[in-house]
Amino acid sequence: MIDYSLTDEQNFLRETVRKFAENEIAPYAQELDREEKFSVEITKKMGEMGFFGAFVSPKYGGQGLDYISYIIMVEEIARVDGSQAATVAAGNSLGIGPIYYFGNEEQKQKWLPRLCKGEILSGFGLTEADAGSDAGGTLTNAVLDERKNEWVINGSKMFITNTSNELSGVVIVQAVTGKSAKGRKELSCFIVPTDAPGFESRKLHDKMMWRASDTSELYFDDCRIPAGNILGNKGEGFKQMLQTLDGGRLSIGSMGLGGAQGAFEKALQYSQERKQFGKPICKNQAIAFKLADMAIEIEAARNLLYKACWLKNNGLPYGKEGSMAKLYCAEVMGRVANQAVQIHGGYGLMKDYDVERFFRDQKLLDIGEGTSEIQRLVISRYIGC
Amino acid sequence: MNIIVTIKQVPDTNNITIDPETGTLNREGVPAIINPEDKNALEAALTLKEKHGAKVIVLSMGPPQAEKALREALAMGADEAILLSDRAFAGADTWATAYTLSCAVKKIKDYSLIIGGRQAIDGDTAQTGPQLSECLKIPQITYVQDVKVEGDTVLAKSVFGNVRRMVQAKMPALLTVTKEMNEPRYSTIRGIATAYREKKITVWNSKDVDAKPMRIGLPGSPTQVRKTFSPKHEREGKVFAGAPGQLANDLLGVLVDNNYV
Ligand SMILES: Cc1cc2nc3c(=O)[nH]c(=O)nc-3n(C[C@H](O)[C@H](O)[C@H](O)COP(=O)(O)OP(=O)(O)OC[C@H]3O[C@@H](n4cnc5c(N)ncnc54)[C@H](O)[C@@H]3O)c2cc1C
Repeated sequence: MIDYSLTDEQNFLRETVRKFAENEIAPYAQELDREEKFSVEITKKMGEMGFFGAFVSPKYGGQGLDYISYIIMVEEIARVDGSQAATVAAGNSLGIGPIYYFGNEEQKQKWLPRLCKGEILSGFGLTEADAGSDAGGTLTNAVLDERKNEWVINGSKMFITNTSNELSGVVIVQAVTGKSAKGRKELSCFIVPTDAPGFESRKLHDKMMWRASDTSELYFDDCRIPAGNILGNKGEGFKQMLQTLDGGRLSIGSMGLGGAQGAFEKALQYSQERKQFGKPICKNQAIAFKLADMAIEIEAARNLLYKACWLKNNGLPYGKEGSMAKLYCAEVMGRVANQAVQIHGGYGLMKDYDVERFFRDQKLLDIGEGTSEIQRLVISRYIGC
Repeated sequence: MNIIVTIKQVPDTNNITIDPETGTLNREGVPAIINPEDKNALEAALTLKEKHGAKVIVLSMGPPQAEKALREALAMGADEAILLSDRAFAGADTWATAYTLSCAVKKIKDYSLIIGGRQAIDGDTAQTGPQLSECLKIPQITYVQDVKVEGDTVLAKSVFGNVRRMVQAKMPALLTVTKEMNEPRYSTIRGIATAYREKKITVWNSKDVDAKPMRIGLPGSPTQVRKTFSPKHEREGKVFAGAPGQLANDLLGVLVDNNYV
């Protein structure tokens, strides 16, 4: 039996997030993008709305949403602005997710309530200058100082979201903790408070996209954290990272879907208003067919993404579908944003028109949390190549 | 303290058109929303709740679909919701509605304030609130923009046109508020989840509230709508062009011809 209907709760959630996004985010998106400014104010408002801790149990101050609802929430934010959606998606999937899924009771009690309220923000430090797609190539290492009962971390991370603004409170860091019997790197994940001694974050500037999202380099110089800040057991870091990225891909997918939807709506509206040769440009089949193609692809992307979420909700394997959805939604937004700019003509190249920003913001989706090449690699393995 | 907030589900008139043939509203596909000023009423109640502690009960008369409006009110933070739903309520004018609501209020019994929006955007009568207070024989303060509760009295700033009054009343009392009063809050994500999963909507029919059959629905409504129509704009503007002296002459000519001067 196939039932495509969303629940009343999910529909109302979409309506509410859409209204919030249109009133509280959209009016500021252009300016924040232009000034490359992370907005503490909007982030706090999003926290008050309950955008963080989406899938965390209310027991820890979370919102107790199912995965489809979470994805709808991110989708609606991305429909107006990729940067704010990035703050929310990274906070939930990459920062809060690992603590919630792999943390012990004490760690959850300590961190989740404040994270879920949005009082502090979190991120996930995986990528390094020399370890991108090859995330197992991590060089950052952690050594246990048994005398002081502390982990001592050394190394650096690159391109980490949410970790150098005044709300940044904690970052999950993957580091090498030894060698396995087979001589492979043993990886573990750690909860590193941003005020830990020896921790430093430096904001990265001059990004092409997500300019209102906070991206930074992290440095660990004999950074000391309590021994109890290891996530799960020593050596589980690689598995935790893969699992985190599986969930994270769904939220990147929803950013592609929401962004595509937003760019499509802008293009449709513009094509109805813009007149050339005495009629609205959408009355030209060449333009109308572009819009029809956008609508088809968005519908297909939504179905694929929601199906992957549905699998996750039901505790079924969703790695393959999640990877497909991430890739497809990102690429659909690429095609849609490209045509949306085309439909806007010269105006689409101007920053006063939102499609220009959507066009730039899309590119990250082909690269972050596993590039399109890596997704194809993952998918090709799933299908038995 | 219990605060009852009366809300009405209305079609979002920003998105509505009128069928020129039949004169009725094209309701198809038009989203149903909480009447905007009823949201201000709810916000006022929730603010009082935060300040003084209170239980906020939302009350609505409408078809079963009005449940959506009540869920939204619960998501915003109302504690309880009651839906008055019965085929016998259909066709009610403001008087029958006020009577029906008053029966429900009597059943709720324990309350200090009733707050409603000034008027609903689908009818614009602004009658139901005042009529409800008459049915209950309690004081009413209308067009409220600010409210304070002290002990057993309510003090409200009422603004009508350019007349501003501070009005004090003993509770229980009824207030109708205008959109200038506040900015209704968003439902939070958690609020939405609890509204749909944990909070219940009580449904009462005419028997439950002990309403007299002849006073509800169409039979209880003294107002009989003969016809709804959109006003036709038959008169057309006319543009005169020319030199000022000539224009003055032309205009005078029209005024004289039409016996205006
Ligand atoms: C704005 C922004 C925010 C980010 N946020 C975070 C974050 O919060 N946390 C975090 O850990 N990381 C984050 N990242 C990092 C991101 O995940 C990486 O950039 C991404 O994984 C790619 O790594 P790389 O940049 O080193 O590219 P590389 O891995 O060097 O890839 C370069 C090119 O080679 C291709 N390639 C590499 N290996 C293969 C292969 N085996 N087969 C075929 N092609 C291959 C890639 O597809 C790509 O086209 C962020 C990046 C950006 C730009």
